[in-house]
Amino acid sequence: MTTIESDTHAEGESAVESVTVRINNNDVSVARGATILDACTASGIDTPTICYAENLTPVNVCRVCVVEVTGNRTLVPSCSRLAEAGMEIQTDSDRVRHSRKMVLEFLGSSVDLSQAPEINQYSVRYEADVTRYVDDREVIEEPIRIQDELYIRDYDKCVLCYKCVEACGDDAQHTFAIAVAGRGFDNRVSTEFDVVLPDSACVYCGNCVAVCPTNALQFKSEFDLRRSESWREEEQTVTTTVCSYCGVGCNLELHVQDNEIVKVTSPVDHSVTHGNLCIKGRFGYQYVGN
Amino acid sequence: MADLKLSVDTSTDAERAVVDAVIAPADHAVVYETERVVRGGTERRRERRHLLLPGLHALQAEAGWISPGGLNYLCGALQVPPAEGFGVATFYELFRTTDPAHGQSVHHVCMDTSCHIAGAEALARSLEAEGERVHRGPCIGQCERAPAQFIQGRAEPDRVPADAASIADPTSYRLPQHGSSKLRLLHRVGVVDPTSLQSYHDHGGYAMLRYAIEIGSDAVIDEVKSAELLGRGGAAFPTAVKWRAVADERGRPKHVIANADESEPGTFKDRIVMENDPFALIESLTIAGLTVGADNGWIYIRGEYPLATTRLRNAIEQCRIAGLLGDNVMDSGARFDIELRRGAGAYICGEETALMESIEGYRGEPRNKPPFPTTYGLFGEPTAVNNPETLLNVLDLLEVGGDHYRTLGSERSSGHRLFCLSGHVRVPGLYEVPFGIALGDLIDLAGGSTGMTRAVLLGGAAGVFVGPDQLDLELSLEAVRDAGATLGSGVITLFDDTVDFTALVLRIAEFFKNESCGQCVPCRVGVTRQHEVLVEMAANGALSDERNTLIDDMATVMRDASICGLGHTASGAVQSAIRLGLVGDRP
Amino acid sequence: MFGAGGGTVSYAEIEEADVILLWGSNAREAHPIFFHHLMKGLDNGARMYSVDPRRTSSSKFADLWLGIDVGTDIALANAIAREIIHAGLANDDFIIRSTRGYEDFAAAVEPYTLDVAAEITGVPATAIREVAHAYATGGKSQILWTLGITEHHNAVDNVLSLCNLALLTGHVGRWGSGLVPLRGQNNVQGGGDMGALPDKLPGFQRIDDDADRTKFEAAYGMGLNPTPGIHLTLMFEAMERSELTAVYVVGENPADSEADVDRARALLSGLDCLVVQDIFLTRTAQLADVVLPASVAWAESDGTVTSSERRVQRVRGAVTPPGEARHDIDIIIDLADRMGVDLGTNEPEALWDELRSLSPLHAGMSYERLEAGGLQWPCPSLDHPGSPFLHGWLWADDLGGRAPAPFSVVEHEGPKEQLTEEFPLRLTTGRSLDSYNTGVQSNGFTSPIRYGEALDINPVDGESLGLSDGERVRVSSPRGSVEMAVRFQFDIPIGLTFTTYHFPDLVDINKLTNDAWDKRSGTSEFKAAAIRIDKIDFPIPMAGS
Ligand SMILES: Cc1cc2nc3c(=O)[nH]c(=O)nc-3n(C[C@H](O)[C@H](O)[C@H](O)COP(=O)(O)O)c2cc1C
Ligand code: SF4
Ligand code: SF4
Ligand code: SF4
Ligand code: FES
Repeated sequence: MTTIESDTHAEGESAVESVTVRINNNDVSVARGATILDACTASGIDTPTICYAENLTPVNVCRVCVVEVTGNRTLVPSCSRLAEAGMEIQTDSDRVRHSRKMVLEFLGSSVDLSQAPEINQYSVRYEADVTRYVDDREVIEEPIRIQDELYIRDYDKCVLCYKCVEACGDDAQHTFAIAVAGRGFDNRVSTEFDVVLPDSACVYCGNCVAVCPTNALQFKSEFDLRRSESWREEEQTVTTTVCSYCGVGCNLELHVQDNEIVKVTSPVDHSVTHGNLCIKGRFGYQYVGN
Repeated sequence: MADLKLSVDTSTDAERAVVDAVIAPADHAVVYETERVVRGGTERRRERRHLLLPGLHALQAEAGWISPGGLNYLCGALQVPPAEGFGVATFYELFRTTDPAHGQSVHHVCMDTSCHIAGAEALARSLEAEGERVHRGPCIGQCERAPAQFIQGRAEPDRVPADAASIADPTSYRLPQHGSSKLRLLHRVGVVDPTSLQSYHDHGGYAMLRYAIEIGSDAVIDEVKSAELLGRGGAAFPTAVKWRAVADERGRPKHVIANADESEPGTFKDRIVMENDPFALIESLTIAGLTVGADNGWIYIRGEYPLATTRLRNAIEQCRIAGLLGDNVMDSGARFDIELRRGAGAYICGEETALMESIEGYRGEPRNKPPFPTTYGLFGEPTAVNNPETLLNVLDLLEVGGDHYRTLGSERSSGHRLFCLSGHVRVPGLYEVPFGIALGDLIDLAGGSTGMTRAVLLGGAAGVFVGPDQLDLELSLEAVRDAGATLGSGVITLFDDTVDFTALVLRIAEFFKNESCGQCVPCRVGVTRQHEVLVEMAANGALSDERNTLIDDMATVMRDASICGLGHTASGAVQSAIRLGLVGDRP
Repeated sequence: MFGAGGGTVSYAEIEEADVILLWGSNAREAHPIFFHHLMKGLDNGARMYSVDPRRTSSSKFADLWLGIDVGTDIALANAIAREIIHAGLANDDFIIRSTRGYEDFAAAVEPYTLDVAAEITGVPATAIREVAHAYATGGKSQILWTLGITEHHNAVDNVLSLCNLALLTGHVGRWGSGLVPLRGQNNVQGGGDMGALPDKLPGFQRIDDDADRTKFEAAYGMGLNPTPGIHLTLMFEAMERSELTAVYVVGENPADSEADVDRARALLSGLDCLVVQDIFLTRTAQLADVVLPASVAWAESDGTVTSSERRVQRVRGAVTPPGEARHDIDIIIDLADRMGVDLGTNEPEALWDELRSLSPLHAGMSYERLEAGGLQWPCPSLDHPGSPFLHGWLWADDLGGRAPAPFSVVEHEGPKEQLTEEFPLRLTTGRSLDSYNTGVQSNGFTSPIRYGEALDINPVDGESLGLSDGERVRVSSPRGSVEMAVRFQFDIPIGLTFTTYHFPDLVDINKLTNDAWDKRSGTSEFKAAAIRIDKIDFPIPMAGS
């Protein structure tokens, strides 16, 4: 008789300490190491975020998530600032609302947010008015980069949230095919010397595309459907299954429209993938249904 | 790290040679020990990444640009992903990533405040007329001799034409206050031979290091504390608090850094000290290192200071030979050495965390704080960053004792302060006075204004304009703060009534637009939109109520939500100019 | 048996490892998302040592790469063991309490001095010593392997030689330390778990164990043949002897994937009856008498699969299968029906529950519990959280009432096919990132980074053969020859050549590989053929050029 004994032990599972902060005059307790954003979420406050993602290290650059913490001269980014015991936090003061509104106006006045519905919702919430800027202003103008059959890059839509750079870099893929180049308003996400993607280090895992909040990065499949006006997100079903290629066991979310897989993503909270896939899991579906 | 994909190697022999001088092939991040054994790995890559900036300097100097082949070879040697290497190279003003297609040196002409009103554009044009290559850029720290230029050499070393006299005779430099017995910080400038350790010894050098070793770390920090020394780099942070925090960190490597990036328009004090009394910076940084228990000292000097760089290099070398740096500093048993790093044209790299990123071989993008550098600094290790002037004050306060030092200066600001006077003043230059002197008295010390003073810019581009009605303003941190102004890095720039303030303020706005690292949205877009509103204002001749509200709205978000001090201060000068009626034509 | 069954650790554990020994695995390309976890470990300070004849993209992350000669793994492992023993770095307490057979093992590795191993492997003694010390002294050390270890004629010995190292140092059965065989296909682990092995019933229960078998017979209401079956390689031998005349192939493509494919194809063609059930008309299907078109399991039907970390997860149908394609279950049920057996329900959850009632490893894994990211076996009851790592009993006071884990004496043999004057170069095969096995699935999309099949060769060898980079050549082994292009690669040692096996239509590389196989695992020696390269004097123009 064969038996294989089990082990359930995982190291470092000591009792978690908690800290209590005051948000908008209500006490909230969160585990030590949690951010202000976590604490806001725990108390049911919906905080806008753009550069933050659950599966990436916070870079805190968009500043749309700022809150007011008593004793701090400036507002603080809730996505990266750790909750400390006794913090007094305001999430909806005039100062906070003003900064959020301005960040959204700044982005709206610079890039094409037409495929960033979440950001647009924030803009409505904070009454961002992009019409009040100088007409003849600088905006991001870049040609759409279509350099292969899998991706397109449309940097007119790029809000420079660094997510793609992080996903391609040491938060996940460690390929570092893209980085931010330039300085100031001229910053662009770029390969070295802007070489075409197939000549770069890119391995087409699509992890950058998956995290892009504005559709500046798109799968070619989606881009083509959108261009022919047949992308109908509201009709799509999303089914979670397991990749068929290697034995790692990545979970795939198959986005299906008209009985055809049109996009593949992975759940960010899955312990194996943390939202990431490789080229096979991401694009290897194309034989299904053929 | 990464399994790099490098492009086809097109580097030239010369490019490889200069990179090899920065990192020898045998020390590359990946080395073939035999055909079957290759050593590499994460740690080796991390340890070498900081050589990226020196490597880029070497390539730029050799080829006049960072060519794909050159970058490729450097990235291979250090195992830095080429995309990141490109991102770093494109961050800095002194590096170019397109072929210049010429072999000439490039004249960088300053377009900022003092040079702006002193005929910078005319200088640039005349150089162009002579067939020189000109790059119009930001302040290069020679405001007292405006209009200024710095020559980025091709087949010749970088140089500043105005340095010729000092190079010919190293003790020839003359401060306006030369010979004054009141000088405590600058007393050796123009007196000591800056190329000679012996001369520094002869003028009392290294007595304070000996004393610091004698009394020990805690006593030194106590002296600094009782002196109530505040940092001179702009933020006026208590130095003793910073040192104590780093000293209390145990068990990890630690660092002290002299922040000699000095890029605030109007500032040139650190340059004059480093060119004329370099050993004083070495000695005081060594004291800082020994006091906080750091083995590693760094001087981050801006790339446009060739003479100061040469003098410091020479000084470090002499100190190593004399046992004043190295494994057993002055027989104390302590280890301390200094590494000199050149910036490459980026104002933001003066911000202490951007500076660390820059040294580490990344883009000079400031970090969000906390964590603060005292716990998470250079390479993630505890670090104390100080301005050279702050360090110079440590020599002074140790000599006279903290308590006595505290009696110098004003009510809340102790000690002497260096002020950089330029613009419409009769004797521009560096002045040392106790904190608390009236603005007008300081201007008088510099021979007074050359015309009818219309405005004074305090604190540089990141500061604010004050009007002629403020000449009795006491120059102390407390009084200036109450007046809604700042001393910043000690910049005082005078403008008389001939100045076209619209053009001047536009230039200040342009400075921020060019110098923002662009990392955070409020600053990246804010400085751009601010500049656009001012361009529109210049065309219209006036600023409407709506536009004025927009300026204020943008200023608020930049101050409230930007990551670093650049964004926080990017509207100060503009708003004050509007308030004072210098621009905008508002009631 | 200790060391069999599944990876002893979970992916998350490698993020906290101190020393990683990556042995014959190009996980960067073959298991990319597992490699994410590994790279996190490196970022957290782990050191990695890579043993591989090629300096693969995975090796490029290593602190030290050891480019051993193909097929010399055991010599290296034994020398590492000897060095650990002689340096006093063996975990004596652990050895005494939790293992047996140490004395014999220690005696057996004694001849494998560093110098002897250096001679056999082609890697300097100092490097071997460094690996031995690093592995032994690491707080948490893991050994990972893939096909580089298992695609050899002595695959099981190779694996055992690595298990020995873990027993010697106690790097197993604890969080962060362990042995990790990375599975090549999405459900190799699951297939084994479900009893798709010649001698196993689901849950690693044995068909020849009466107690195990009786349980199944009771559940199925019929007797089961107690004689273990045979694995693929033996099947081909049985075909050769005409003992096996009818074959039913489900989701495999042996006509492309077997080593020495010419022989495989001939044997398959010679069968009385070949039935192929697949989603593609593969090369094997083209030889079949009957083809049963199946649906795509992971996208068109419901069920479970098991990953390399023993994580059982749900697959779900997202699209309806095209044309006549049917679910595998339905095909099998119908087939049984024709044979007069009612297999009962085709409902996936009911089938799964039946399995749970028979396999204690899976008993606690209800569909409901599997919803949230899956569970790792063993998971014997509904309140059991699943098992991140195995063999914790090795550290329990009484070993959980078990017998101590045995050391295995294994000896170096080297590849079956020796290099000769006629065939002086070594050929080894592997995967590339964007392709998969024989390419039937992955060739469905246009990868921007796929560069087609070529034979990688060190420029030194290339030049000494008078070749130029990209030249088409004839590559021959004792079994056959193909034409293909050579590609000069600095990362491949002199004397070695490499190609992937993803594009059989382009290049029939398995004509060259060696079908010497491992008696116990049934894997062929894909990793070590002897070849020669000849210039083609009158180049045949390539199609399209
Ligand atoms: C945009 C920016 C530029 C700065 N430039 C400098 C500089 O050139 N030199 C300097 O000492 N401090 C500079 N600082 C301040 C430094 O961040 C830091 O506060 C200072 O070096 C600390 O030294 P201290 O305590 O001796 O003043 C700058 C800050 C900002 C925000
Ligand atoms: S491309 Fe997308 S993910 Fe990348 S920085 Fe721009 S908006 Fe962010
Ligand atoms: S996505 Fe890639 S790593 Fe994950 S299971 Fe599929 S093939 Fe393997
Ligand atoms: S405030 Fe400006 S300079 Fe500072 S981090 Fe933000 S963008 Fe960069
Ligand atoms: S979400 Fe916090 S700064 Fe962007």
